[in-house]
Amino acid sequence: MHIMWFTERAYHYLPEEEVLKRRSFFGVPNTFFDAEKGAKLLNQYLDEKIYSDELGFDGVMLNEHHGTPFCMGAVMDVEAAVLARATKRVKIVLLGNPIPTVANPLRLAEELAMIDMISGGRLVPGWVRGAGSEQLANNANPAYNREYFDEAHDLIMAAWTKPGPFRWEGKHFHYRFVNPWVLPLQKPHPPIWIPGLISPETVKWCAAHKYPYVALATMLKPTLEMWDLYTNEAAAHGYQAGPENFGYLQPIFVHETEEKADELGRNFLFGGGFANFARPEWMFPPGYNSKEATRRLASLYANPNLPGKTLVPRHLHSMNDIAAIKKAVYDNYDTAKESLQIITGTPKSVMPKLRHVLEVLRPGIFSFWLDGPAPRADRMTCLRLLGTEVLPAVREIGKELGLADPFQVAPGSRPLAASGRPERVGSPRALGAN
Amino acid sequence: MAESILKEETFRVGETELRVLKGGQGKPLLVLHGEMGFPGWLQWEEAMAKKRTLWIPLHPGFGKTPMASWIMNVRDLGAFYSRFIREQKLTPVDVIGFSLGGWLAAEMAAANSGQFGKMILVGATGLRPPTGEIMDMFTVTARGYVNANVLDSQHNPEFAKLFGGEQTPEQYEAWEEARAETARIAWAPYMYTQSMSELLANVAGLPTLILWGKQDPVVPLSAGEMYHQKIVGSKLVTFDNCGHMPAVEKPAEFIKAVESFLD
Amino acid sequence: MHIMFFTERAYHAVPEDEVFKRRSFFGVPNKFFDAPTGARLLNEYIDEKIYCDELGFDGLMLNEHHGTPFCMGAVMDVEAAVLARATKRAKIVLLGNPIPTVSNPLRMAEELAMIDMISGGRLVPGWVRGAGSEQLANNANPAYNREYFDEAHDLILAAWTKPGPFRWEGKHFHYRFVNPWVLPLQKPHPPIWIPGLISPETVKWCAQHRYPYVALATLLGPTLEMFNMYAKIAGDLGYQAGPENFGYLQPVFCADTEEKAEEMGKNFLFGGGFAHFARPEWMFPPGYNSKEATRRLAAQAANPNLPGQITGIMDHDPVDDADLQKLKKQLYDTYPQWLKQSQMITGTPKTIVPKLRHVLEVLRPGIFSFWLDGPSPLKDRRRCVELLGKEVVPALRDIGKELGLEDPFTRTPGSVKVSGKAEPVGRPELIGEAMSA
Repeated sequence: MHIMWFTERAYHYLPEEEVLKRRSFFGVPNTFFDAEKGAKLLNQYLDEKIYSDELGFDGVMLNEHHGTPFCMGAVMDVEAAVLARATKRVKIVLLGNPIPTVANPLRLAEELAMIDMISGGRLVPGWVRGAGSEQLANNANPAYNREYFDEAHDLIMAAWTKPGPFRWEGKHFHYRFVNPWVLPLQKPHPPIWIPGLISPETVKWCAAHKYPYVALATMLKPTLEMWDLYTNEAAAHGYQAGPENFGYLQPIFVHETEEKADELGRNFLFGGGFANFARPEWMFPPGYNSKEATRRLASLYANPNLPGKTLVPRHLHSMNDIAAIKKAVYDNYDTAKESLQIITGTPKSVMPKLRHVLEVLRPGIFSFWLDGPAPRADRMTCLRLLGTEVLPAVREIGKELGLADPFQVAPGSRPLAASGRPERVGSPRALGAN
Repeated sequence: MAESILKEETFRVGETELRVLKGGQGKPLLVLHGEMGFPGWLQWEEAMAKKRTLWIPLHPGFGKTPMASWIMNVRDLGAFYSRFIREQKLTPVDVIGFSLGGWLAAEMAAANSGQFGKMILVGATGLRPPTGEIMDMFTVTARGYVNANVLDSQHNPEFAKLFGGEQTPEQYEAWEEARAETARIAWAPYMYTQSMSELLANVAGLPTLILWGKQDPVVPLSAGEMYHQKIVGSKLVTFDNCGHMPAVEKPAEFIKAVESFLD
Repeated sequence: MHIMFFTERAYHAVPEDEVFKRRSFFGVPNKFFDAPTGARLLNEYIDEKIYCDELGFDGLMLNEHHGTPFCMGAVMDVEAAVLARATKRAKIVLLGNPIPTVSNPLRMAEELAMIDMISGGRLVPGWVRGAGSEQLANNANPAYNREYFDEAHDLILAAWTKPGPFRWEGKHFHYRFVNPWVLPLQKPHPPIWIPGLISPETVKWCAQHRYPYVALATLLGPTLEMFNMYAKIAGDLGYQAGPENFGYLQPVFCADTEEKAEEMGKNFLFGGGFAHFARPEWMFPPGYNSKEATRRLAAQAANPNLPGQITGIMDHDPVDDADLQKLKKQLYDTYPQWLKQSQMITGTPKTIVPKLRHVLEVLRPGIFSFWLDGPSPLKDRRRCVELLGKEVVPALRDIGKELGLEDPFTRTPGSVKVSGKAEPVGRPELIGEAMSA
């Protein structure tokens, strides 16, 4: 099992009301950004990642968002570069670079190649389409988002593996002299993992490419459905999916006492949390979603952990009653805990809940997610307890459940049963037992 | 007001099955709809249909007519329609274009003004306004954008008829299709062709009427004035207390202006 | 005086003949790139920069080139990010980011803001148009190069200083929601320096923006002409240009013995060195140069240190191995000329300081960078850096003080007001003395 640590690197020093009144982190004017405070925080987040390396985590996971206090990793490759030298052992897992927004994917191929070289081959790059708001922030046409994604992906892979110079005449990208003189250390190319909010198109695409799919803190049941979709698609491509094909990101808050852990957990909902990532019209700009995805999202409306799906009853918006909105946001806390969307407790008390998640989803990749404007000392305590107590216990469970990660079993290498029918990877039975 | 007399017909243009709403009598009038799709049957169309056969093509990718992936900008779309009107032997045809449809008409006229008899541009996008900016439809909801098109979305019967009440799923889907296709062809530069002010020199000699709401919140009047200045011999008519949709906001004056120009 | 260290981070394991046979580093197929060797080298170069920080250099200068073994800094911001945490004191000086080639300048503004934040405000970003070959490598239309440059520059500065969200409707770049949530720590924005190969347009543009101009190892005479052009424009704009407005990059090879230093200096011509950076048709793709710049370059055709301007050596690609060996010999035979023109300085700390003094007296730059390159053994490089840091840098600092060479941190560029005619800078009359000496 590959165990990682993740945080959004949020900028927390902004009035919560500014987010709540817009129902969105994205779009809060950057006049609220204080560079001194931001710089200090950003370095603290790097300290945490370096500490994770020392604690024995297998991976440090980064993500990227633009134009939002929700995440200061506007160009996460900058942080990845820092970590390439400042850490010794961990994998640097990028979930993921929003390739439709970078405009010059060849430069990204070079950037990542250099990071892989500097880190001694510890890079795990991943790709995302980018949230809707990333398209706005970068002015990347959302109507061509998936076309950009596919083409940028193919171009980067070609730049890494095909001898140069060669010509690339695509629909959206054009190069007549592709011949990079920095190339990844890992051959034929670094392992690629893909994160997502369980959009079926992406899940199917991952299965076709034998890329592990990492679900970002989505509800267990629909996540399992996506595992099945992946597994069936994998079978269509002639292989049996296993734990090595799946990953899961889990918000978790651990402290010495239940009360303190609870306090941390509540902070996760600061500003409305992930649900207020961006307004729906910014999450889903024109042409960004396929019809199928739009319909699926509609059916998942009850999922509190999807951005752009406000937690707050509609009538409150017009009242502009910030206090009431705030109350509604924090009232959701218990529900989120019940559904294990948030896990809190002491190292001891979180274990049964984590075991449950692992038994249901059986992921080979697992990441802890800590966020919210908690005091630094508490964050460090949480991280220390995760590293010294929870991580070893999770490793044991992983062994017991046979959760192979992509470094132990190459994704796509498991043979399919002679019948051609794939075995399910997750366990709906375990889910029902909860 | 009467129900729509429009009938849907299908024409083949290259690989594309183009859906066209047709109705009325007399000389054809090509109607090019705007960025939110064809909104529906209005007073002005009813009036015009008495003298003219309306040809209202539904742009590729806007829902009914399938998307043509080769069309990646408004000039491409213009070439598509040039082929259509040539093959249907409509040229030279009179044309009226609304907002994005006005930009489309202007592109076509700049490429070959001989394909049109007379041209009417209504609140046309396509030029970078010398002052002000074209409102960004992509950072607001479809409903928010439609409402912002007119000065008063609450007390206008024509507007209420088209867009009033709760948004229906069909309307939602149609709007999303329209927005997506508009993004495909007009994302950047947003809603204009950089060379348009130069291209318009080629429209000289084509009788052109430019209609604009004085308080247009979507495309500032400065763009209308620039169209007027760049198209030699054109006529500019503005409507007071009027936003981006004079056909909806000032129907009587609008009909009068269109009729007197086309007659 | 701000004293820096620079190297191109070359991939030296490329077979030299592959370069000679093309008369160009750019364009050598990347099948000759061995990633483990490249990774080792790249980390050695980073080690070297960290060592410079420890030795007390003021700045670590980086540059960027794409698709060439000449420089592995394809995205130098990656190295800048590493150094932001791995060094403690030195400025991280980026000369410069090829902004016409990045396609999304807003992402670059964010990238650099993060590096400034992580480094605690030690970033000095600079911009370049990018060599002609960068346009080919990134498929950035060279005919719009200067327009891209100007617009990307204005956009990045706006992103850093103008409150968001705002809209950007340019000719080449379009954004409707500029509102970055990472901003530079240095206010109103980090100091900006511009490097160049003395193109007059760029020099003029720098004077107008009060950006220090760093000449990249160009010949002293024409360099001084450009410095004075800068000073004249500065005077017209009401300020006196001084050492704080100028910088110079100097290839220097220092060792314990003259012989060793000489050996290292010769290595600088590996593959033809800078002259073989790229073929002329790749250095100057269509529309890249203004007419004026083309004329000026033509006048400097004798300068051996301008890429793509190889005259009097061989006018054709080598046809066979004998021809190739001939070209190679001719190229290495230019070595004494390089030394004579101070284009390259070699020696022990003791012997190079007087030569450096000469360059400083002529150009009077407030920013000075050593340039070490060539496939010399690691231990020789390390020794060179050590000698530079421990012996040469202190000596230069004294000369800087003696000559009053203020740097942009000790005197803000453009801050000395002048009415009427500004004083020329530098000492052109000294150039000849060195030649005869």
